[in-house]
Amino acid sequence: MKTVTLSAAYIPLVDAAPLIVAQEMGFAEAEGLSLDLVKAPSWSSVRDMLAFGRVDAAHLLSPVPVAMALGLGGVTTRLAAVSVLSVNGDVIGVSNALADRLSAAGFSFDFADAKAAGEALCRVVDKPLRIGVPFPFSMHVELLTYWLGALGMPPDRMSVRTIPPPLMAQALADGEVDAFCVGEPWGSIAVEQGVGTLLLPGSAIWAFSPEKVLAVREDWAETEPHLTDRLVRALWQASHWLSRPDSLITTAEILSRRAYLDVPTEIIDRALEGRLVISARGDQRQVPHFLEFHAGLATFPWRSQAAWIADRMAARAGLNRGLAVQAGRAVFRSDLYRRALKPLGAEMPAASEKLEGAIREPMTQAAVEGAVQLLPDLFFDGRIFDPSAS
Amino acid sequence: MPDRSPPASGRLSIVVVEKDRDRAIQIVDALSAGNDYDIAVIGSETGLARQIAQRAPDIVLIDIDNPSRDTLEELTLASGPLERPVAMFVSGAAGGLAKQAIEAGVSAYVVDGLQPERLKPVLDAAIARFQMFRRMRTELAETRKALEERKVIDRAKGMLMKARGLGEEEAYALLRKAAMDQGKKVVEVAEALVTAARLLG
Repeated sequence: MKTVTLSAAYIPLVDAAPLIVAQEMGFAEAEGLSLDLVKAPSWSSVRDMLAFGRVDAAHLLSPVPVAMALGLGGVTTRLAAVSVLSVNGDVIGVSNALADRLSAAGFSFDFADAKAAGEALCRVVDKPLRIGVPFPFSMHVELLTYWLGALGMPPDRMSVRTIPPPLMAQALADGEVDAFCVGEPWGSIAVEQGVGTLLLPGSAIWAFSPEKVLAVREDWAETEPHLTDRLVRALWQASHWLSRPDSLITTAEILSRRAYLDVPTEIIDRALEGRLVISARGDQRQVPHFLEFHAGLATFPWRSQAAWIADRMAARAGLNRGLAVQAGRAVFRSDLYRRALKPLGAEMPAASEKLEGAIREPMTQAAVEGAVQLLPDLFFDGRIFDPSAS
Repeated sequence: MPDRSPPASGRLSIVVVEKDRDRAIQIVDALSAGNDYDIAVIGSETGLARQIAQRAPDIVLIDIDNPSRDTLEELTLASGPLERPVAMFVSGAAGGLAKQAIEAGVSAYVVDGLQPERLKPVLDAAIARFQMFRRMRTELAETRKALEERKVIDRAKGMLMKARGLGEEEAYALLRKAAMDQGKKVVEVAEALVTAARLLG
C-alpha cells in the first residue's frame, strides 16, 4: 500500500491524543497513512482550515459540524463527523472569590453532584454569572446551559463568554469571568496557577457526552471513501491502544512534547487517569470515566447524540427543532463509521440511535454480532432525550 | 435601537484587531491609502466581542493566528452582541478572495449584506499587508535558524580543533566529510558531536 499523507488540524488539548497517537505510535502508518498534524491557534482556525481545504481532517468540537449544518456561525460548509474522538473530559471551575463564598455557604466540593453544586451556585451568586467557554458552539456551552437551565437559572442571570483557553486562567484572575468550562489541561492549569477551584467534571452533568469528533468535509468523504475508511480505522486503533492502562505513561510523555501540548506530563496524567487536583491546596478527586477514548463504544458517532446537540442549539437560536434534529442527525456519519470498521470486526451496535440519558449502569446491548458494552449516559436531572420525539 | 443597515455609499467603518502597535499602524496606512474609511484599532483583547459590538463596524480584520479570533465567533450569532450578525465573508460570492485571505493570514468578518464590490478593495489591501508580515516572519525565522546552525557548527569546530589539534579549516573539512559520508547535513553532524560531548561530560 502506497503511503498517503493527510493533513489534520488539532488544538493542543489532552483529547487530541487519538490523532497524535495515531501518527506517533504507527496506527496511521499501518493503514498506509502519514498524518501531517497542524497545531491550530483557535477553533475558528481549525474549522476554516478544514472548510477551505487547507487540511483534510480535523479534531473538532462535536457541536461545530452540527452548527454548520444548521447554518449557525460564520461558515456553513458541510462537514461529516466520521467518528467520535473523545467522550467527556471538560471541567467546570470557579474563581477563588466564588469558591470562598461556596465554602462559606457550606458547600463541600465533592466534584460529583451537579445538582448540589448548581443549587449552591445559584444561592451564592447575587449578580449575573459570567462564565468563560472556549467557543460559542461547544459541548461546554451545551453542558452549562443544560445544567443551569434545568436548575431554573434564567438565561439573563448567566452570561456565557468566549475566551481562548490559554487566556482563561488570566481572565479568571482579572475578574473578567466568575467561572469557566474548559477541556484539559486548561482547568488544571488554572488550579496550578492558584486562580481557580474545580467544581465539577462535565461528566457530572451528562455522563457520556461526545466531546470531540473526527471531522472531514462531506464532499471529501464522498470522493475519497478509501482514505476516509483508512483514517477512521487508524483512529479506532489509536483509541483502542489509548484505553489500555499501560499506555498512560507513554501517552502523557508524547502529549507533553513541545511540538504538541508543551505541558508537564504530571498535568496531563490528571486527565488521563481521571484523578483531578481540584484546588490550590491539593485536594484530589477520582472521577470514573472522566475522559474516555474507547470504552463503552466511545468512538461510535450516535445519530442521537447529534440530534440532542441540534435540538438544544435550535431551541436557543429560535430555529425549528424538528428540522434541526433531522439536519443534525445527518452530520454524525455512523454509516461511514460502520463501513470503515467492518474489516476489523470491531463491535457495532445494532442501531445507530439510542435514547440519550437512559443507561443507568454499565450494560450489555444486542449488537450486529454478539453484544456490546455501553456505559452510563445519564443526565444529572434524570431526563431522557428521545431523538424520534422531536 | 434602529436597524443598522450597512451604508450603501457612506464611509465604511473598519475595526482592526491588532496588539502590536507597529503592525496596526502599517495596516491602517495600507487601508487608508487613497480611501476614506473610518478605521479603529483595538489593541486590548479583553471583552473583544463587546468592544467590537460597541463600534458596530462593517468589517473586522484580525490576524488568523490570533487565538482571540474565537471570541469574534459570538458576533455571528443572531442572539449575540451585534444587532446585525456578521459572517466570515467567505461563505458568499467572494470565495476566491477568501482563500487568498486565509493564505495571507488575515480573517475578515463582514456585516451581513455588505456589497462585495465595497469589500474587495479593503480585502485586497489587507491581504497585501498581511502577506508582507508573513514574509517578514518567515525571513526572520530563517535568519534565526541560520544563526543557530552557525553557532552549533562553530562549537563543533572548536571541539575538533582542541581534541585533534586541527586548524579551523581542517576541522570544518572533517565535519563536511563526515556529513557527506553519512548523507547528512553538516549541522546535523555538528549537533551530534556537541550532544555526544555533552553526554560524555
